[in-house]
Amino acid sequence: MFRYIVRRLLQMVLTFFGATFVVYALMFANIDDPFQALVGDRPLTDTQRAALNAQYHLDDGFLTQYWHYVTGLLTGDFGRSLTGRSIGEMLAQAWPVTIRLALLAIVIASVIAVGAGVLAGLRRGGAFDTVTLVLTLIVLAMPIVVLAPLAQLVFGIQLGWFPPTATRDANLYQLLLPALVLGTLVVATELRVTRASVAENLRADYVRTARAKGLAPKRVVGVHVLRNSLIPVITLIGVDIGVLMSGAVVTEGVFNIPGVGFNLLRGIRTEDGPLVVGFVSVLVIVFLVINLIVDLLYAALDPRIRYE
Amino acid sequence: MTDITAQVDVLPGLDPRAPLLHVEDLNVEFRTRDGVARAVNGVNLWLNPGETLAVLGESGCGKSVTAQAIMGILDTPPAHVTGGRVLYRGVDLLQLPESERRKVRANRIAMIFQDALSALNPVYTVGFQLGELFRVHRGTSRREAKRRAAELLDQVRIPDARRRVDDYPHEFSGGMRQRVMIAMALALDPEVLIADEPTTALDVTVQAQIMNLLAELQRERNMGLMLITHDMGVVADVADRIAVMYAGKVVEEAPVYDIYAHPAHAYTKALLESIPRLDLKGRPLNVIRGLPPALTDIPSGCAFHPRCAYAREICRLEPPPAYQIAPQRVTSCHFVREVLGV
Repeated sequence: MFRYIVRRLLQMVLTFFGATFVVYALMFANIDDPFQALVGDRPLTDTQRAALNAQYHLDDGFLTQYWHYVTGLLTGDFGRSLTGRSIGEMLAQAWPVTIRLALLAIVIASVIAVGAGVLAGLRRGGAFDTVTLVLTLIVLAMPIVVLAPLAQLVFGIQLGWFPPTATRDANLYQLLLPALVLGTLVVATELRVTRASVAENLRADYVRTARAKGLAPKRVVGVHVLRNSLIPVITLIGVDIGVLMSGAVVTEGVFNIPGVGFNLLRGIRTEDGPLVVGFVSVLVIVFLVINLIVDLLYAALDPRIRYE
Repeated sequence: MTDITAQVDVLPGLDPRAPLLHVEDLNVEFRTRDGVARAVNGVNLWLNPGETLAVLGESGCGKSVTAQAIMGILDTPPAHVTGGRVLYRGVDLLQLPESERRKVRANRIAMIFQDALSALNPVYTVGFQLGELFRVHRGTSRREAKRRAAELLDQVRIPDARRRVDDYPHEFSGGMRQRVMIAMALALDPEVLIADEPTTALDVTVQAQIMNLLAELQRERNMGLMLITHDMGVVADVADRIAVMYAGKVVEEAPVYDIYAHPAHAYTKALLESIPRLDLKGRPLNVIRGLPPALTDIPSGCAFHPRCAYAREICRLEPPPAYQIAPQRVTSCHFVREVLGV
């Protein structure tokens, strides 16, 4: 187990550098004239431009620039955004907001998905199953770029049930609507995986044994079927946390929540290379760590799986 | 052994002097999209304490369905018990409400399945799965349940039982897993044990060990054992009586010696002739031609007639009645005399 974790951590280091390199290269290729984008319509003198170029190493070659960046990163220095702010500080402010949003979304989505999925799986072909099938299809077909502004317009502005935007120190109620929207990204697949898994496990031989033991249906399902059925679902939920991070870019943009996605979106719009690469680097780490935790959790849930 | 009747709610109408298990004219059908499959068509069986009844037949003849109908663990739908009675000590289990029937399972009638690996829950320890019986049916504490689980594992001769209660099913070998299944079935001291091909998934040496263990435990507890199998070799060793099933019916029923010496049904005779024998080495084997009928389309008259060497016009037209040819011997064959050679 320990050796497995060490090996995975070493793999993560490689993956991390590979991923940041790609993002860095993409940003490098994409940058046109960041300082002009920064100052907008105002004129920029040649001396100012030269000074800024020197400060941000923009005159150096690509590999030299990447080298500067990585050495900074390893000493915990994420550098400064083109607006002059410390990226490390911006990360520290943005992450708590996004983590709260993503956690709220994942909790809402998994509770709905597992609850409804188990019910649908127990009564396959019934009315409830058919209704959830149609609903999940609708949710799957609705892209978040449509759903987010629509929800904001209907529930936030017209009906006024929820605040249409959220601030940095938003409470749970303010985050509820964005979290619901974000949750739709993953709820449908989680629900359908739960349903399929429950339906499959109900037919398993060990369920027949449990019934032959004279156990009540509640116990057969609640103890024997559920634990087996949830193994693939929990793995999926773990992976979905990553999906939610990327979904947060749109949701935070729409609801004006100053989280990771919001900053990323702004960085991309203003061609702020250091900002984008900094935020993506942390996203990559989060994603890798979550994946490792999911794999370890998988072994904890299913005793047949052992890591060497 | 503790007195179980004192611990379990008494079933209404339970008569300790009534026959242990008596299945009367049991009918089960599976209603599927492709039609109705008549898996069990009027099965009659009985079982006494301390007795081993072997139910013999090819795959798909309805032996497992009969067993699951007795246990009441068929999946409904698609399976429906359409008629008959399952009398346990005079109580018709088919008429009991589900909550009452649940108390019969494991307490009075227990079952062992063929493939112990898939029949045990992979994500719980065997100690949990064994102890569950005591916790649910007897209300014992977790610790006490685990202690009893270890005791049971010891009774089925699993070495180092105290440590192994915490192991998962996949950590046991095939034979040891089947022992766990047996322990589970015997946990609450049932009077009837139904073993559905308990040794089919095991290799030959282990098969013998498991059969010996079953026989020994049965003797100790004076249980009625209903052994479902297609293995004639296993049957000859352990059974007292044999019921041969074909297409959802018991076609012949007899004490084990009689059936091997003088089969009274054309199907039984054909089955016995299809066993390879050392004294007939070098000669072609008499196999039964054709396949068992599809249960959605069972032949008219005697279901065996399309494959039968004795078949004549009447076999196609009329289902044979059950002839009582000797005490404890019943056969449903039009040409029982010819088959017996008398």
